[in-house]
Amino acid sequence: MKLGILFSGGKDSCYAAYLARQEGYEISCLISIVSENSESYMFHTPYIDKVNEQAEAMKIPIVIVNTKGEKEKELADLEAAIKIAVKKYKIGGVVSGAIESVYQATRIQKICNKLGIESFNPLWQKNPEEHWKDLLKNKFKVVIASVAADGLTEKWIGGEIDEKSLDELIKLSKKYKFHLGFEGGEAETFVIDCPLFSRRLEI
Amino acid sequence: MILIINICKERLHYYEFVKPICDILDNNKIRYFVKSYKEINRGDLEKCSKIIISGTSLYDNEFVLHSDKFKWILDFSKPLLGICGGMQIIGLLFNGKMKEKTEEDKNFLKKKTEEDKNFLKKKTEIGFYFEDFKKNFLGLTGKEEVYHLHNYFVDFSKLPDFDILCGKEIPISHSDLVNSKKKISKSKCSQAIKHKEKEIYGVLFHPEVRQKKLIFNFCRL
Repeated sequence: MKLGILFSGGKDSCYAAYLARQEGYEISCLISIVSENSESYMFHTPYIDKVNEQAEAMKIPIVIVNTKGEKEKELADLEAAIKIAVKKYKIGGVVSGAIESVYQATRIQKICNKLGIESFNPLWQKNPEEHWKDLLKNKFKVVIASVAADGLTEKWIGGEIDEKSLDELIKLSKKYKFHLGFEGGEAETFVIDCPLFSRRLEI
Repeated sequence: MILIINICKERLHYYEFVKPICDILDNNKIRYFVKSYKEINRGDLEKCSKIIISGTSLYDNEFVLHSDKFKWILDFSKPLLGICGGMQIIGLLFNGKMKEKTEEDKNFLKKKTEEDKNFLKKKTEIGFYFEDFKKNFLGLTGKEEVYHLHNYFVDFSKLPDFDILCGKEIPISHSDLVNSKKKISKSKCSQAIKHKEKEIYGVLFHPEVRQKKLIFNFCRL
């Protein structure tokens, strides 16, 4: 089955794409939504201008659709983007990096159900510490793109997460009670290298 | 030792519908093994103490065409929990009218016969819902929030072997009224069921997402 990846450039959508490839699926395209609203409930893409570079490094075409990011209306833009991918790349399903956000997951499920295609959420309900360790084990180079939580200072921005910094992150998440997977928007991540990339990106 | 049966055709769905169940068992130090419904043998059924049948995605319905692979359920005497698609297959097996599927039936879910429509019904529910549990069902009582992800359900109100512990009223369509000569009182979208004599449980919702304790409580039966 050909698949499209709902792609933000962060750790979750990249790892979801990696799992799809590992399980033998053909990734026909990436699908990215550029939101004008930094507070969007659906789309978090601080380095959205960089996803083109990631797509190039993955040698996978990308569908980019702009949205004003108004609640619910942005879903129509997402649906339009998926429709383009279905028509142009003949995908039979989309893959998301949703972990715990029922708001995101149910809306993607409803759009896919309406369009008659499969919805894959391979990180669904995954323990965030296990997820980070899988990222490191599989040689994902993840940097923090932005922070927005008590305990996460600006020193984290631009830093690559390794085993040492992950230990610190785990301690901080327990101390300041933020979600280690950043499901509440505590931080945004960007992947500069992973097994899907043909080259490492510079930021 | 719990046997988790994977009913997903698509390999990538394992992570969404089977692994979260494994994680709950891992977190509670409960031993288990996972097998596809196509690979179940007598040794597996003897080795396990209980069975959980997973759910799957809205469009991954191949398991319905392979009801013969689940016939062992009719003679299984240990505790069994079917989740969503797993509950559907329990209902389809126990209605006694599930016929052998042929090549012509491959489009079963797209072109259902009138007989099939009586059992596998369409009712899409996606997201969080509150359901009212009439009495304790594996630790759930009264109004509880659950996560739904299904296009179809089996109407267990027509299956005399089962008690419906949770199910809400759904509107009766005009075509139902026209096509039926029987008096129709209420139509139920069965959400939680238990066999009257056996330890067979089914939930249409996904406890591996919300109400994880239900899975833990089942394992402790």
